[in-house]
Amino acid sequence: MRQRATILSNREIAKATMEMKVRIGDATIAPGTFFHVKTSELLRRPLSVANVEADVVTFLYKVVGTGTAELATRRAGDELDVLGPLGNGFPLAKDGKRVVLVGGGIGVPPLYYTRRMLAARGIETVAILGFDSEASVFYEDEFRELGETIITTVDGTYGEMGFVTGPLARIDADVLFSCGPEPMLKAVAASHINERYISIENRMGCGIGACFACVCKAPDGYVKVCSDGPVFRAEEVTL
Amino acid sequence: MRLHIELPGLSLKNPIMPASGCFGFGEEFAKLYDLSILGGIMIKAATGEARFGNETPRVAETAQGMLNAIGLQNPGVDAIVEAKLAFLAKFDTEIIANVAGSTPEEYIHVAREMSADPCVKALELNISCPNVKCGGMQFGTDPLMAAELTRLVKAASTKPVYVKLSPNVTSITEMARAVEAAGADGITMINTLVGMRIDITTGQPILANRIGGLSGPAIKPVAIRMVYEVAQAVNIPIIGMGGVRTVDDVLEFIYAGASAVAVGTANFENPYVCQEIIEALPGRLDELGIDHILDVRGKAYEQVVSRA
Repeated sequence: MRQRATILSNREIAKATMEMKVRIGDATIAPGTFFHVKTSELLRRPLSVANVEADVVTFLYKVVGTGTAELATRRAGDELDVLGPLGNGFPLAKDGKRVVLVGGGIGVPPLYYTRRMLAARGIETVAILGFDSEASVFYEDEFRELGETIITTVDGTYGEMGFVTGPLARIDADVLFSCGPEPMLKAVAASHINERYISIENRMGCGIGACFACVCKAPDGYVKVCSDGPVFRAEEVTL
Repeated sequence: MRLHIELPGLSLKNPIMPASGCFGFGEEFAKLYDLSILGGIMIKAATGEARFGNETPRVAETAQGMLNAIGLQNPGVDAIVEAKLAFLAKFDTEIIANVAGSTPEEYIHVAREMSADPCVKALELNISCPNVKCGGMQFGTDPLMAAELTRLVKAASTKPVYVKLSPNVTSITEMARAVEAAGADGITMINTLVGMRIDITTGQPILANRIGGLSGPAIKPVAIRMVYEVAQAVNIPIIGMGGVRTVDDVLEFIYAGASAVAVGTANFENPYVCQEIIEALPGRLDELGIDHILDVRGKAYEQVVSRA
């Protein structure tokens, strides 16, 4: 489960947003799962899987603190200590259904790999990706190759002005897969789509379910984001 | 046998055990390695009833450390005995059950239930959790209250009782002497140091509980100093902890006077850390010319005397 991956590339693709590709040993990686990545800091950083091509995993991460800032300085050829894949991802067996993918900011990455896997099963998808501003937009072309893609920006500098909930209101789909900031997840969890799955983020300790740092309230108690999730049915958690 | 250690109630194949609260009830780590390699396991604290714990965020990183405010989340003593201990019974390792509560009555209830289980070899009396409103650390910062609770739990328990000391006191030796006099079979130390971090973008503490317990390498020098002082003040054994992440950290605690060592926060950084330390110990003892690991127990203060 713990391995030393080799970094193949690490580059900035949007404002404070990095794309890192690493070569990883044998692993079956489900979309929506994550790796717990060692940085110069004490605790690992959970990074969602943005893509998998053969033994190459892509991480897209935002530089927000000292750990991710240090990660951004790594170069091709460097080793990366990773633990994973961890957690439970999005359920792909949605044949015959239409899936809407709703991502916000750095919640967009896991939806790319998820969309590729859905496309491989012949499942029709539409994506709504929300960013704060034009400079923050990433992976638009990659998403467009896989189907209809709607971009929103809060300041209106690119795509539709406003939040993802605007376009979502006019979408006809059976299933919703979403990842992004909590206010957005709250909104999409309450949307008109029948079957709703959301991926939750929280500060983690161990990443494997032992420390109880990343719990989230649930109708019948609590769930651990790292090991019970990070993907949950909207009804399973109380945001 | 150079790593084997006998302590009250505990026959440890090596001095390494995960610290309470950093290893759950072992289930997650059992998927990574065989728990039978461990000297022991200090399981997550049990209270009388199930507790949800504190709001999130519950962790915040600091320089070489972390703050946590989990708040003793656990499923309650009955559920732990039924499900968790039954799982742990499969492994050849010594189980130390961490006992917590809000009132003396709750501590007594949990101690009685836990010590009655054949899987549990000793209790760790938690009078040092900084993250709960009632009980916890308030019992661990007043020597009279600590002694009284130790007496009550000793009377309720059929197994040896180790008292986990809080470092958030003026005199750690006074606390240690008080619990020794009250009948403690051993001491585990140290629990976390109370701390806080503030998010300067909001101006508010990062932790939802506002304060939390500092652990990790940052606290190791404090722990070493306290073990060093307590080892000279009492005649009961000490299980040392606080910032252990390497085999040399383990030896530092033994030199300071500990008889065994618990590994806490390092399990989050590297879930295989206990296994790696256990594997590295014999080679390191060879390099240092040490036969049995406890040959150097307390040498830090003994050598001060011989140098004089």
